[in-house]
Amino acid sequence: MTQLNNKRYLRRKIVNNLTLSISLLTVLFALTFLVWILWTLFSQGLSHVGLDVFTKMTPPPGSSGGLLNAIVGSLYMVLIATFIGTPVGVLAGTYLAEYGKSGWLAPTTRFINDILLSAPSIVIGLFVYEVAVNTVGHFSGWAGALALSLIVIPVVVRTTENMMQLVPSTLREAAAALGAPYWKVIVNIVYRSAKTGIMTGLLLAVARISGETAPLLFTALNNQFWSADMSKPISSLAVVIFQFAMSPYEDWQHLAWAGALLITLFVLGLNILARTIFRPSQSQS
Amino acid sequence: MSTAMLQPKITTQNMSFYYGKFQALKNINIEIPASKVTAFIGPSGCGKSTLLRTFNRMYELYPKLRVEGKIFLDGNDIHSSEQDLNLLRAKVGMVFQKPTPFPMSIYDNVAFGVKLYESLSKTEMNDRVEWALQKAALWNEVKDKLNQSGSSLSGGQQQRLCIARGVAVKPNVLLLDEPCSALDPISTARIEELIHELKKDYTIVIVTHNMQQAARVSDYTAYMYLGELIEYGDTDMIFTRPSHRETEDYITGKFG
Amino acid sequence: MTNAGGEAYLSPASLLNEQIKIRESKSMSSIMQSKNMGARLDKLFRGTTMFFAFLVFILLFGIVLTLFVGSLPALKAFGPSFFTSTAWNPVEIQFGGLVPIYGTFITALIAMVIGIPVSFGIAIFITELSPVWLKRPIGIAIELLAGIPSIIYGMWGLFVFAPLFADHVQPWINDNLGALPLIGQVFQGPPMGIGMLTAGFILAIMTIPFTSSVMRDVFEIVPTMLKESAYGLGSTTWEVVWNVVLPYTKTGVVGGIMLGLGRALGETMAVTFVIGNAHELSASLMMPGNTISSALANEFTEAVGDIYTSSLITLGLTLFVITFVVLALAKILLIRLSMREGKQS
Repeated sequence: MTQLNNKRYLRRKIVNNLTLSISLLTVLFALTFLVWILWTLFSQGLSHVGLDVFTKMTPPPGSSGGLLNAIVGSLYMVLIATFIGTPVGVLAGTYLAEYGKSGWLAPTTRFINDILLSAPSIVIGLFVYEVAVNTVGHFSGWAGALALSLIVIPVVVRTTENMMQLVPSTLREAAAALGAPYWKVIVNIVYRSAKTGIMTGLLLAVARISGETAPLLFTALNNQFWSADMSKPISSLAVVIFQFAMSPYEDWQHLAWAGALLITLFVLGLNILARTIFRPSQSQS
Repeated sequence: MSTAMLQPKITTQNMSFYYGKFQALKNINIEIPASKVTAFIGPSGCGKSTLLRTFNRMYELYPKLRVEGKIFLDGNDIHSSEQDLNLLRAKVGMVFQKPTPFPMSIYDNVAFGVKLYESLSKTEMNDRVEWALQKAALWNEVKDKLNQSGSSLSGGQQQRLCIARGVAVKPNVLLLDEPCSALDPISTARIEELIHELKKDYTIVIVTHNMQQAARVSDYTAYMYLGELIEYGDTDMIFTRPSHRETEDYITGKFG
Repeated sequence: MTNAGGEAYLSPASLLNEQIKIRESKSMSSIMQSKNMGARLDKLFRGTTMFFAFLVFILLFGIVLTLFVGSLPALKAFGPSFFTSTAWNPVEIQFGGLVPIYGTFITALIAMVIGIPVSFGIAIFITELSPVWLKRPIGIAIELLAGIPSIIYGMWGLFVFAPLFADHVQPWINDNLGALPLIGQVFQGPPMGIGMLTAGFILAIMTIPFTSSVMRDVFEIVPTMLKESAYGLGSTTWEVVWNVVLPYTKTGVVGGIMLGLGRALGETMAVTFVIGNAHELSASLMMPGNTISSALANEFTEAVGDIYTSSLITLGLTLFVITFVVLALAKILLIRLSMREGKQS
């Protein structure tokens, strides 16, 4: 009897140790790829990151140059997308958090927003192509910025709502008890308390759109030359990387790796910054 | 009852309160006398906080809560269409269980409510902030750090800051919802002393789960149980010769 | 006790006169003004926030409607057979969506087969095994995997991973799995590095952070008491995870899987680099193929003619509808779990 039990216990222990070891291996598996990808970027890209990258235009095939117009184009579109997306997202998130306690609009919008949050970004690009490129007849930086802002909005809506809900209701009551109208309660008290959290969400949104390529392919398109005119096609770092990496020219491929390293460092840097400024209460689905 | 000869500040008539379908207050009729301290006591869940929060219509922040019956402040129906909600709340100050310092400096905390309804000059505002902090017996402790964040203060100081903030807008009534439940005994004693001072100028209503506190600070006491007002009268009477069996059981600790 | 600490501060009674003075200065007209203003601004602010919430709400319908209108020419030309046809011929203007739709599902399926067990393992490690000090660093590292732009995955996949895969992994798969009866031909094919298997594998890595972070979150809501009672009976950690944690959180776990699936179905750039972009239906996972998103990325700006463009938009609409259904299911499962949570606490 004890013999049998010992055997069974031994088997259970083996199963336990085996599965837990596998669990450790899965973590190592995932981390391997993180390290591998970063190492690839540094080994391939670092030697091609020089002053030229930041001061010269994208070159024609077979000659050397830089990524200046692509960096500036990306910067423009990301900035404009953030300026459009932030107020829309914050105000919509405010409705969900503060006024959405009754009625159908808030729960439905919350549901839709969560789906938009994970919706394929290429479909967003397609949508903006139909409404802002096809109707005007040409690609433009504005269309690119619009597509990116549609990606910013759901992220900001979600974090704004979450962060405002973390503000204790007693704080709202305390402000209301002084006779403050509700909009002042929100603007002066709730926003102020949720400020760091909302900023974090914004940083994560900027990080996300900085690396987005798919929604720009049919909106901003690309531009070989210097252009700061938002109503014309404009180049962006991500699209240039795509074009250059897929090309057979060595100079272009080198620039693609340099750009890839820059964009990744920027995006991961923002991610880390966001996480150190504010420790989110998990869930970033 | 014994409050009949006094000028009533707040009066309720056949007032009931509902959380959705659940009736939390049943047919409450009470007169709160002006410039006195009235305490609501009773076991938790009896509706004493709910009753307090009807006086400044705080419940209206949430859906599905509603009042039936009437509530009068100085003889005016607080639910009438002429009564502006925010002005009502400016007249009826409130302090909560836990300190609720706003995420701003001590000075701005006190000035916040004042700025809502009065446009004061810089010096007038300075005077008002000092006056309110004096009233709340906090001035000496914070006068050198008015620009520091309100949350940098200790729990007891924060609660007095909240009282100063409430006093600064010059309300007629102060509602205190278990203001000492999160505080240590020394801070509690300070707040109690403060209540004693403040009642000269304000009508004070305090909800407390601490019977000794009710006996110490209040002039009148109401005992509530399961949403009903069981007994209301002179604090000395309630604590020495309660006329209801339930009240006596609660006060003597047989129940609750 | 009432006197404790009382001597330290000034008696406020002396300030009474001052108070009366200030009270008189409060002008009535300014109060009346702010009353009206306050109520009006309140309505305005509420209306503004509501407007923007409505904008988000309407965005979804805007996307669906726009894409539907855009896909009408193709749907009129081909009818429902668009979804069953493998044709993709810009010259003869014959288009069918089966190849990219099939590719989208197959690559996502491969991603799930690899990604689910790995995500599960990571979630178990973080919630049950890891020392407390290691939880955050590992959590952040895994989430950084989600932060890497998808175009980087694509470049790395094409230039670094695919050659290695072709040289070392695919020959082995050919020799071993390819020899299996029935399913063997799924694993037979030229070791080119690129193709559906590679795309699926890279998608797996990309979805791991999403799936594992949902799993981790739902594992953490299991009441400690429940786990402790299982440990109290002498269960091993694995037995607690398998018999207590997993059954308790299964709706949430499935929700997390669906979320990862939604991501995998819609991912564009990483797949575009390594899928091979071939409009051919092939049983072998080693062969190049196509997905909806990579077909769009590769061909949309070069598409000539209404029907060609419209066919691509139809694919886009199909992708949106598929991901919508998957993500909606994920969301509903997660809501259901949190509602049950709410009732219990």
